[in-house]
Amino acid sequence: MTGVNDDVPGGRELLRVEGVTKSFPGVRALDGVDLTLRTGEVHVLLGENGAGKSTLIKMLSGAHRPDDGRILVAGGPDGAHDGPREVHIRSAQDAERLGIATIYQEFNLVPGLTVAENIFLGRQPRTALGLIDKKAMRARAAELLRRVRLDVSPNTPVAELGIARLQMVEIAKALSLGARVLIMDEPTAVLTSEEVETLFGIVRELRDTGVGIIFITHHLDEIGALGDRVTVLRDGRSVQEVPASTDEDELIRLMVGRDIAEQYPRQRPDEPGAPLLRVRGLTRNGTKAGPVFEGIDFEVRAGEVVGLAGLVGAGRTEVVRAIFGVDRYDAGTVEIDGTRLARGDVRAAMRAGLGLVPEDRKGQGLVLDASLQDNLTLARLDRDTRGGLVDRGAQRREAAAVAGQLKVRMSGLAQPARTLSGGNQQKIVIGKWLLADTKLLILDEPTRGIDVGAKVEIYQLINELTASGRAVLMISSDLPEVLGMSDRVLVMSQGRLAGELSAEEATQDAVMELALQSPNGAAEGPKNKNESAMEGSDVH
Amino acid sequence: MSTEVKTGAAAEAVGQAPDRDGLGPWFSRAVLKNGPLGGLIALVVVMAVLSKDFLNGQNLLNVGVQASVTAILAFGVTFVIVSAGIDLSVGSVAALSATVVAWAATAEGLPVWIAVLLGLAVGVAAGLVSGALVAYGRLPAFIATLAMLSIGRGLALVISGGSPIAFPGSVSSLGDTLGGWLPVPVLVMIAMGLIAALILARTYAGRAMFAIGGNEEAARLSGINVRRRKLVIYALSGLFAAVAGIVLAARLTSAQPQAASGYELDAIAAVVIGGASLSGGSGKASGTLIGALILAVLRNGLNLLSVSAFWQQVATGLVIALAVLLDTLRRRSAR
Repeated sequence: MTGVNDDVPGGRELLRVEGVTKSFPGVRALDGVDLTLRTGEVHVLLGENGAGKSTLIKMLSGAHRPDDGRILVAGGPDGAHDGPREVHIRSAQDAERLGIATIYQEFNLVPGLTVAENIFLGRQPRTALGLIDKKAMRARAAELLRRVRLDVSPNTPVAELGIARLQMVEIAKALSLGARVLIMDEPTAVLTSEEVETLFGIVRELRDTGVGIIFITHHLDEIGALGDRVTVLRDGRSVQEVPASTDEDELIRLMVGRDIAEQYPRQRPDEPGAPLLRVRGLTRNGTKAGPVFEGIDFEVRAGEVVGLAGLVGAGRTEVVRAIFGVDRYDAGTVEIDGTRLARGDVRAAMRAGLGLVPEDRKGQGLVLDASLQDNLTLARLDRDTRGGLVDRGAQRREAAAVAGQLKVRMSGLAQPARTLSGGNQQKIVIGKWLLADTKLLILDEPTRGIDVGAKVEIYQLINELTASGRAVLMISSDLPEVLGMSDRVLVMSQGRLAGELSAEEATQDAVMELALQSPNGAAEGPKNKNESAMEGSDVH
Repeated sequence: MSTEVKTGAAAEAVGQAPDRDGLGPWFSRAVLKNGPLGGLIALVVVMAVLSKDFLNGQNLLNVGVQASVTAILAFGVTFVIVSAGIDLSVGSVAALSATVVAWAATAEGLPVWIAVLLGLAVGVAAGLVSGALVAYGRLPAFIATLAMLSIGRGLALVISGGSPIAFPGSVSSLGDTLGGWLPVPVLVMIAMGLIAALILARTYAGRAMFAIGGNEEAARLSGINVRRRKLVIYALSGLFAAVAGIVLAARLTSAQPQAASGYELDAIAAVVIGGASLSGGSGKASGTLIGALILAVLRNGLNLLSVSAFWQQVATGLVIALAVLLDTLRRRSAR
C-alpha cells in the first residue's frame, strides 16, 4: 500500500480502483480504469456520456461487479491508518457498510414520507419497546438538516420539496449513514446557479470534515470552482489524472480526444427573417398563490435562436407547453405565420409547424422500449399512413436518413431507444421533429445531462436549422449555453417576462438580475435572492 | 468491517451474468430461446408422448376449435394490453352480442345479416362505452371494464329473460365444418388473427397502440390523439368479443346469456403467455394465438389423460405462471 503522497491535495487514501474492467454483451464499458480518492478531496470524474462514469460508480455502489481489477477501501473511521484493503462490493448494503454513499440523478426518496422518515428509512431509531422513536428520529434529522443548511422541518413530506431540497435530503441521508466516500452523479444538472452555490458550500464543508467526494459533472466551470483533482475517462479507459486547475480547453481535449474549436459555435444570421411565432398576452390562472404565467408577449423570427432564461419554476416550461397545445391557457393568443392557433390542440400546433423537445427526455420525449425507427417516425405517423396502412418502408428510409444526418451512434434502427446514451437519445427526439417538418422547434433543456461532444453536435444542428430558415426557442438553465447560443434572450421571473436582452446585452449578471426580479419590477436584496431561488424550484 | 464483504473469487463468479449455454438440457434452452412457440412445441411433444390419441388430425382440429373462442377474444384484448390497458368485459360482451343476434333473428324475425350487424354493433358500442369511461371519464381501465363486465352480462340476461335463445340456422353453420373436416371456427380464428396482426403491425391505429402503451405522454406530445385512440382500441376489443360470442353461440346453436363467463381471464392469460407485457408497449397477434393454443392443448391433453377438471385448473394456473416466468427470464438474458 502506498503512503500519503504530498504533492496532491487531500489526506490519506480512502479508496483505490485498480485496472477495473467490465463488459456487457457487445460493449466493453470499462477497460482498465484507475482512480484514487483521498480524505478531504473533491475528485471530479469527467467524461462524455458512454465513457464509463456510470458503470464505474455503479461498481462502487454495488450495482455492478468488475470482471477484472481490484477495488480497495480503507478500513473504518479509526482504521484509516491501515491503508486500503481489497473489497468485493456485491450489494448496496455492502457499499453502505464500507461507508460509500451514492447520490444518483434520480433520487431514492419516498414522496409520501416525511424528510425524517426518508433519512432514516429502514434504520429508524427504536424505543425500548421496539417502536419507532419519533422524537429521537426528528431530533437527529434536524441536526443533519442543519449540517446541510436545509431550512425545512423534519416533518415536511418529501413530496412538497423541490429538486434542490430533495438533493439536500439525499445528502443528509448519506451523512446519517456515516458515509466517508460520497459519490454525486451530476448533482448540479438540475439546479439553478444560486442553488449550485449552496450545494458547493455544503460539499466544501463535507470535504473539510474529511469526507472524500467523487463528483460527476458536465459543467467544466464547476471543476475549477470545487474540485481538487480530475480523472478523465474516455471510451472506458482512465485517460489521465490532472489537477482541477487545468484549463477547460485541455480538459475538453482529454475528454473527447480531439480539439473542439469552439464550445458554442453559434453562427448568427445577418438579419432575422419574418416573424414565425407571435405570442400575445398569454396568461394561465393558477391557484390562490397567483397565475402560473401572465401577460407573456414575444415573437420569434425565422432564422433566430431565442433563449428563454429564468430560474427553475419561473414558468418557462409551462409557457412553452401552453404554446404547443399540451396545456390550456386562459387568455392571450398564439399565432404562427399570422394564423391563430387553437388552444390545447397539439395536432394543430404540429400542423402549423411547431415541435417540442420536452425537458424530460425519457419520461416525455421517447417511447423507451420502442425501436429507434418507431420513435423517429412517431410525429409523422399520420403522414406515413396511406389508405389506413402505415408505409413501413418509407418509415425505414426516413428514419435511416435522419439518423445518418444526426450521426446517431446506434447498432441499427431496430435498437430500443432505452439502450442509447443520453446524447444519442436527445438526437432521436430532435430527429423526430426534423422528420415532422418543424418550422419552429422548441427545445426545453436540450443538453441537460449530455456530454460536451454531443452538446456541440446539437448546437451545430441548431445552426443548420436556423440557416435553413427555421427557428428555435430554447429554454435552458445552463447560462453559458443560453448566452452562447441565443440571438436574443428572454428572461422570465415568477410567471412574467422580466425583460429581453440582445446577444450583446446578455451577460450572466444581466440575465440573473432580471431572473431575480420580483413582480413589481425591483430586484430584491441578496438575502431574498436565495429564498426566491429555492421557492422557485419548489413550485416546479 | 471490510472483511465482512470479502470472499473468494469463486463466489464472485456465481454472481456474473448467467451463462445461458450452461443452463442445461436442450429442452429448456429451446424454450428460453424461442419463448412462447418453444413452450407450445414442448407441450405438444409431452402430450404426444403421454397420449397416443393426442397427435392425430381430428384431435388437433378439436384443439383448434377449443382454442378459437379464447383466441378471438384474446386478439381483441391484445390491442388493449399493448396500449397498457386491460379489458375484463370481453366475456360478457361476447354473451351480450350473441344474445342480441339470436333475439333479433329468432324473436324479432329480422333478416339474419341485419341481426349479425346488430350484434357486432352492440360489441362496438360496449367497447366505446368502456373506452369513453377510460379516456374521458379518466376511470382506471380495470374499473371501467369491470363495470362493463357486469353491465354486459346483465343486459344479456335482461334481453334473453335468462334462458337460451335458439341461434338462426344460417349463422349456426359458423360452428360447422367445411367439406366435412375443416371446422369453421378455426378459419374464423385464423382470419381474425390475420386482421389483428395487420392492425398491430401495419395500421395507424396499431402503431399508436404501441406508442401509447410504451409512453402515453410521449405519444401525446408527438401529436397522437390519445383519448380518441383509446376509444378505437376498446371498440376494437368489443368488436372482436362480438365475433367470438357469435362463433361460440354458433357452436352451441343457441345464444346463452351465461355463456363465456370467465373467458376474459383466459383471454388475458393467452395474451400474457404470448409474451405481451401488462405494462404495455409490447405484444403480437402470433404470440396471443400461441398463448390460446397452449391453453387449449393443455386442456385437451389433460382430458385425454383423464385428469380431473379440478386438477386441470391447477395445471392451467401453473402453466400461466411458468410461461410468464420463462418469458421474463428470456428477456432478462437478452438484455
